[in-house]
Amino acid sequence: MSILILAEHEGGALRPATLNVVAAAKAIGGDITVLVAGHNAGDVATAAGQIDGVSKVLHCDDAAYEHELAENLSALVLSIAESYTHVMFAATAAGKNVMPRVAALLDVSAISDITDVVSDDTFIRPIYAGNAMATVKSTDKVKVIGVRTTSFEAGAESGGSAAIESLAAVAASDLVSFVGQELSKSDRPELTSADIVISGGRGMQSGDNFVMIDEIAAKLNAAVGASRAAVDAGFVPNEYQVGQTGKVVAPNLYIAVGISGAIQHLAGMKDSKVIVAINKDEEAPIFQVADYGLVADLFDALPELSKALDG
Amino acid sequence: MKILVGVKRVLDYNVKARVKADKSGIELANVKMSMNPFDEIAVEEALRIKEAGNAEEVIVVSIGPSQSQETIRTGLAMGADRGILIETDDLLEPLAIAKLFKHVVEKESPGLVVLGKQAIDGDNNQTAQMLSALTGMAQATFASKVEFDGDHLNVTREVDAGLETIRVKSPAIVSTDLRLNEPRYAKLPNIMKAKKKPLEIIPVADTGVDVSVGLSVVEVNEPPEREAGVIVSSVAELVEKLRNEAKVI
Ligand SMILES: Cc1cc2nc3c(=O)[nH]c(=O)nc-3n(C[C@H](O)[C@H](O)[C@H](O)COP(=O)(O)OP(=O)(O)OC[C@H]3O[C@@H](n4cnc5c(N)ncnc54)[C@H](O)[C@@H]3O)c2cc1C
Ligand SMILES: Cc1cc2nc3c(=O)[nH]c(=O)nc-3n(C[C@H](O)[C@H](O)[C@H](O)COP(=O)(O)OP(=O)(O)OC[C@H]3O[C@@H](n4cnc5c(N)ncnc54)[C@H](O)[C@@H]3O)c2cc1C
Repeated sequence: MSILILAEHEGGALRPATLNVVAAAKAIGGDITVLVAGHNAGDVATAAGQIDGVSKVLHCDDAAYEHELAENLSALVLSIAESYTHVMFAATAAGKNVMPRVAALLDVSAISDITDVVSDDTFIRPIYAGNAMATVKSTDKVKVIGVRTTSFEAGAESGGSAAIESLAAVAASDLVSFVGQELSKSDRPELTSADIVISGGRGMQSGDNFVMIDEIAAKLNAAVGASRAAVDAGFVPNEYQVGQTGKVVAPNLYIAVGISGAIQHLAGMKDSKVIVAINKDEEAPIFQVADYGLVADLFDALPELSKALDG
Repeated sequence: MKILVGVKRVLDYNVKARVKADKSGIELANVKMSMNPFDEIAVEEALRIKEAGNAEEVIVVSIGPSQSQETIRTGLAMGADRGILIETDDLLEPLAIAKLFKHVVEKESPGLVVLGKQAIDGDNNQTAQMLSALTGMAQATFASKVEFDGDHLNVTREVDAGLETIRVKSPAIVSTDLRLNEPRYAKLPNIMKAKKKPLEIIPVADTGVDVSVGLSVVEVNEPPEREAGVIVSSVAELVEKLRNEAKVI
């Protein structure tokens, strides 16, 4: 088995998601090569070489890879993919953008969002918003896989000493160019890898009221998330959305505030270790998945909770 | 310019999926089926582009069983001009779906293809990207805003850290995210009119496309269930339990 992983990185550092993909690759077993494509991303290549279990790093440095443009990244991966039995990506927005292209160009199926490895050709993946788990088997010569990061515990960032080889760039596409980005700045931990997540829903009533959630998040060193309804209403930006069609999280503690618990929301958080729900409606479906439920008005409960955390 | 829109018939988003006792799949007999919600957004976007004078024709395409005609009629009732059904009773993988879409693209030469970012049944999030790779048309996924600029599109995309804007050359493939628009409801007179709009049915065998793939579903199981929790009576009790029982804070 020889496995190729496309590293994700930003601001000169690996994204934590790459460590989860390495963990999934280890579960398959075999030689693990990490591809670092970027512009001036030498530090990332060095960091990738230190990941425990990685045997080789391929580093391609070119302006074409400064932004994560799908056309350019997929062409680069394709240039080497056929030497591997498995090509793996994180099931992040960036990974999902590239992974199916690589599969189609190899004329093989793509396997999205795996949550478990049964064997080197058989995997488990959620379908229907996680209401069913499909066991799928691939007979393709190269298995192209997206990894649900929360299902594979990140391995050690150090302990490895892989050789770094450089890889030639592939001509950039002239069909697509990067214009700009609006990234939200936050001091909070990243949503998908935080130990504690506190999310607000439509019950929060406004973006201003999220201050109450922010205050508690700061005390718990938690990330802040939201339901689709809270995002659609403009209370918080899109990247806060937890759920089937947003981010999947599985922290040690998930606190849902003013969230009813629609199937689509549960799909993104029901693998959390401990779930707390605060909702004034005792019939709300969120209580069916909560370990601890508090039937209360959030406008009373949140200030109280914030105070209790000081004690 | 023509716009091609993918409309998939899926289990309605309000219905909880039940795994069949023989583990072969999901119970789909006698349950409500609807257009994939991301495809409603795709139809709406195509219609707005046409209404703004940037396209002449909106074609809705579905791949699936005969009943998918209903999904196509829904798209026609929203305002699309004609429909194409590639008929098959098999559940096809995104690679096969993308190859069939490529076949339609070659026939119709659209300036734009709009698909959903993901179907809420298979949850694959693959088809648009695969179609772009197979056709060489530019790719703009997870769109929350689409603006025309001559023969280019500026597309704002929902990414993990916020929003990103890319510029792609037409013909392009866009996949829709939730915030792109709010789809319209079909009005009754339009539902009547939709019955008369053209709907071409092509058996999958007539396309000549090889839809066999190297991936198969071995079995489908229920997800693990969570154990029932407790209702606490106060914030103080909650904090006490989180500290001393669950030990998570
Ligand atoms: C294609 C598709 C994809 C989707 N993807 C997602 C997704 O990824 N993530 C997601 O979250 N949703 C998703 N949804 C939406 C989902 O179906 C629900 O509509 C949404 O999750 C509801 O959000 P909510 O719980 O905040 O709002 P509501 O369902 O309106 O619930 C609000 C809750 O707040 C409670 N409340 C109100 N006031 C107070 C108060 N003062 N104190 C305490 N409690 C209060 C109410 O009792 C209620 O339970 C998707 C839907 C579709 C169709
Ligand atoms: C229990 C089970 C067993 C299965 N067994 C097999 C099997 O043995 N072999 C096999 O090949 N497949 C099988 N499948 C089907 C497969 O796993 C996916 O469900 C299927 O490929 C759908 O992918 P998706 O819709 O999630 O794609 P996505 O990439 O998530 O779809 C994105 C978008 O593409 C467009 N699109 C996708 N499909 C269509 C369509 N049919 N018509 C119109 N537009 C569309 C829509 O715009 C949609 O929003 C099985 C599925 C299940 C649930």
